[in-house]
Amino acid sequence: MTFYLTYVLVATALFAFTALFTLFALYSERKISAFIQDRIGPMEVGKYGTLQAFADIIKMLQKEFIIPTAADKILFILAPIVIFVSVYLGFAALPWAPGIIPSSLNLGLFYIFAILSIETLGILMAGWGSNNKYALLGSMRSVAQMISYEIPAGVALISAVMIAQSLNLQEISIKQGILAAEQVYFLGVWEVKSVGGFLAWNIFQAPHLILAYIIYFIASLAECNRAPFDIPEAESELVGGFHVEYSGLRFAFIFLAEYSMMFLVGMIGVVLFLGGWNTPLPNIGSAKLALWTSGIGWGIFWILIKTLTVVAVQIWIRWTLPRLRVDQLMSFCWKVLTPLAFLCMLFSGLWRLGVMQ
Amino acid sequence: MIRKVLLAFRTVFKGLGLTMKHFFAAGESRKVLSITDQDYFAQNSGMTTIQYPHQKLPVPEVGRYQLDVEIDDCIVCDLCAKICPVDCIDIESIKATEAIGKTSDGTTKRLYAAKFDIDMAKCMYCGLCTVVCPTECIVMTDTYDRSMPDLKEMIYKFSDMKPEEAEEKRLALDKLNAERLAAKEAAMHQKTQN
Repeated sequence: MTFYLTYVLVATALFAFTALFTLFALYSERKISAFIQDRIGPMEVGKYGTLQAFADIIKMLQKEFIIPTAADKILFILAPIVIFVSVYLGFAALPWAPGIIPSSLNLGLFYIFAILSIETLGILMAGWGSNNKYALLGSMRSVAQMISYEIPAGVALISAVMIAQSLNLQEISIKQGILAAEQVYFLGVWEVKSVGGFLAWNIFQAPHLILAYIIYFIASLAECNRAPFDIPEAESELVGGFHVEYSGLRFAFIFLAEYSMMFLVGMIGVVLFLGGWNTPLPNIGSAKLALWTSGIGWGIFWILIKTLTVVAVQIWIRWTLPRLRVDQLMSFCWKVLTPLAFLCMLFSGLWRLGVMQ
Repeated sequence: MIRKVLLAFRTVFKGLGLTMKHFFAAGESRKVLSITDQDYFAQNSGMTTIQYPHQKLPVPEVGRYQLDVEIDDCIVCDLCAKICPVDCIDIESIKATEAIGKTSDGTTKRLYAAKFDIDMAKCMYCGLCTVVCPTECIVMTDTYDRSMPDLKEMIYKFSDMKPEEAEEKRLALDKLNAERLAAKEAAMHQKTQN
């Protein structure tokens, strides 16, 4: 019985974390975008506008649930639930610290990738169930974008998995720091297991993984429907995207799913390429910085800092770059990212055979 | 193809550098200077937002904003109401039985203003009423942010006559007119008799 209680508590904690993170990300997005555009952003609600996100959530919660008359009721009502739950379930296999992981699956990465694909289904349901040709068009484009970009993302991730030899995210994190079971080589030559720090991260263990990380980062921006790949979202400014007919709490769920997904893909990138919960400080001689800054609390701190930096870069990119046209988007994916990703995978295989024993 | 991709990455990094520069310049807030200041256009980095109502741009004293009427100087000539393009001035005048007094610049007043309403919500701040006023009693002040919750409160009433007073004046006028009419009839009667 206590088992079930633990499960419920962990699930509630993860949900509370996604909700709080969304509020924080909303506020920081508005402030960062404001500073980039030489303005101030929210300042009235709370000191420096910190309570603005809460005001927005309260506003969204008290709005009326409108369902268009000719909409397919079942699809319409289920779509936001499917979108949010699929993203939320992805959090179950992410490691937060040595020993702290909700579920240490042997095929953790495979599970996360598969369950993120269900979001595509939710978007289709939203677009079709709205009974609105613009919503349908927006959702078709979104689905095309998401499933095309899953290929370079997946192949880039496989390049990292080949170096780490495991799909279990906790094991991948362990192998990138001072707690590793076997030897860790910087650029394949220098033994850094006792030094730790950023030298032990995957992108420095095998340098072609820097390219793989860039490919994964760009593909993950497309997965989240974030600029510059926000054709599905931007239609909302022009005509209507897949969520045009949604109001109140249902819209809030889709919104929550988008920000949680930003965090999720950021965290996957951090775990696989940037060392997960390992500290970036190396052991320099007698100042054993890596040893002092490792542990459960430190692990959570480091992974949060790294993921929040990745999210800040995502926000920075959104407010800098113009939107890609849908044909440019597809051409970029299939003609540039996919061949590069396959090259990375090939190189990973050669690296594994030739350099690492 | 490869050159295009490399060009794309180069321009992306240039753009990201630009936005990063603006992001870090956000610490400088804007100096609230008047337009007449020499350095008004000097600041070219930092925030451009002025946080109204905590900060306000200084307004020159000769600012042409909300209207104000000095009702003691008004001779109720109705020129401002006639020239207003949006008909926001509403005047009702009562002829006085004798000269009432003089305005500050010496003109004799012979009309009472029973109603002198200006609907500030309709006013378009063109200033034509100030141009045609012969005694310069209607002027534009430098107040610009008077806002009311109810639209009816935006109708400013400048007349200081109470309704009873107005009624009294009207009755006086009617009496005078009746007397004059009677006198005229008596004179006509006299003439026909002679």
